Amino acid sequence: MEIKKELVSYVADLSRIRLDETEVAEMQAQMSEIVGYMDILNQLDTDGIEPMSHIFSIANVLRDDVVQPSYPRADILRNAPEHTDEAFVVPKTVE
Amino acid sequence: MQIQNMTALEVGAAIRNGSLTVTEAVTQALDAAESSNARTNAYITICREKALAQAEQVGQQIANGSLTSPLAGVPIAIKDNICTKGVRTTCASRILENFEPVYDATVMQKLQAAGMIAIGKVNMDEFAMGSTSETSYFGATRNPWDLEKVPGGSSGGAAAAVADRSAVIALGSDTGGSIRQPASYCGVTGFKPTYGTVSRSGLVAYASSLDQIGPIGKDAADCAAIMDIIAGSDPMDATSLAETPTEFLAGLTGDVKGLRIGIPSECYANAGLDAEVAAKTKAAADTLAEAGAIVEEISLPFLDYVIPAYYIIATAEASSNLSRFDGVKYGFRSNSYTGLTDLYRATRSEGFGKEVKKRILLGTFVLSSGYYDAYYRKALKVKALIKQKFDEVFSQYDLILCPTAPTTAPAIGQSLANPMAMYLSDIFTVSVNIAGLPGISIPCGFDAAGMPIGVQLIGKPLGDKTVLQAAYAYQQRTDYHKQEAK
Repeated sequence: MEIKKELVSYVADLSRIRLDETEVAEMQAQMSEIVGYMDILNQLDTDGIEPMSHIFSIANVLRDDVVQPSYPRADILRNAPEHTDEAFVVPKTVE
Repeated sequence: MQIQNMTALEVGAAIRNGSLTVTEAVTQALDAAESSNARTNAYITICREKALAQAEQVGQQIANGSLTSPLAGVPIAIKDNICTKGVRTTCASRILENFEPVYDATVMQKLQAAGMIAIGKVNMDEFAMGSTSETSYFGATRNPWDLEKVPGGSSGGAAAAVADRSAVIALGSDTGGSIRQPASYCGVTGFKPTYGTVSRSGLVAYASSLDQIGPIGKDAADCAAIMDIIAGSDPMDATSLAETPTEFLAGLTGDVKGLRIGIPSECYANAGLDAEVAAKTKAAADTLAEAGAIVEEISLPFLDYVIPAYYIIATAEASSNLSRFDGVKYGFRSNSYTGLTDLYRATRSEGFGKEVKKRILLGTFVLSSGYYDAYYRKALKVKALIKQKFDEVFSQYDLILCPTAPTTAPAIGQSLANPMAMYLSDIFTVSVNIAGLPGISIPCGFDAAGMPIGVQLIGKPLGDKTVLQAAYAYQQRTDYHKQEAK
């Protein structure tokens, strides 16, 4: 299928990725080529075939709810670009 | 004693019999990594102090008998998408440039418990998305056999380091061929285990249903030895198998008599397959036949569909997995934004490279409302068909033999100029991930320009030991894996 510029901008917005006009054009060309190639799958008759997520049949892995130590908060926060002694800092989200 | 041309098992044996100390082995590996890096850019981070401190400790534990693994004291390089506590883990991305994990991946804990010593973190395509190791934020890795060529990818740093003798052995990860294809391009041995055999806990996720950690080494015996250490069920990975094979190394006898090996005719009919690669991989089949294996032609009729199915599934999972990089909890944050949503946008736009953005967009597209059924759901149905066909083949055969990649390593820059051609070069490797199978690439010759060629052996689910056995048998009869890059 043809990938239009509007569609590129739409999925970029969903992905929280900003593209300038040149990038939109570049992505449009490359995505059109790849999605066009993905369309080959339409040649295959898959009626009545169940989609397969996992190769092996897996079940929920359950264990007893035992209290275990968490990672130290200071260690976790050290990787954050902005933080206080106890929390991540983000821009104001609720006016 | 120089460890440069020794296998990991030989280094381990030399340490145990006292002809080499752990500190000597680790120092040599660190020196080699530093000098090789100027040419190959195989390492993103070299951890000299930490490795030397650990070497001291491991040396004592070997001396007092508390460490008995055949690989105790052996230095190892780790792909930079495997979490290492206190050592930055970048995924070759700007967005994780300064990320220091607060925990070790399960495989790192297992390596440490066995006394193996990580000397550094090796380069890769950004977030393992690529087949050339050129999309790294830290610059492209070069192929030791010809510095103007790519080492393959995404575990290109791991393969280049082993080929350049700056790592005795390495851990990589394989989502669509990322261990096997660089091993092929660099003339080394790369093994991708059955999905669920090695814990993914602490492996930064690209496409969770396809990702699997595995070794890149000088030969199949080294790969088997490290599988003895890293394989096994892990409660920290929900897709970890309850029972996994054991005694990989002990299983190697070199006997392949009566082993049934199928050669898919479709691979050799593929238009992109180089004639020299075709000839060498057929010769490899002959060698195994001479050793007593039964080699027959088979059909894998789905070959045209594996690349589109793979790129749909992989990008869909990537778009979801990489949504965690938001500039809040860890990693890079943009300096310029207004409000929270804009913070996400600015951070992700500046933090991710072009190939990663493209795959996130593609994945978001195939999962988006209106396109989900036509692409993502369709790909999962094709996955079922591929699995079904493999099951049919493996009801009659023990292994499939085919080229690892259609060509030898391309020149640097060539694939970035034509990404579609790069995607197509994954044609012989991706179906193994889609079906969760074990696969290995082993050196089987050289092209006219002297670049290494790899042949791939694929096994049935949990047939990992059969794959390693056949690779070992082949390497008992050939010496391609012992050739050195100039």
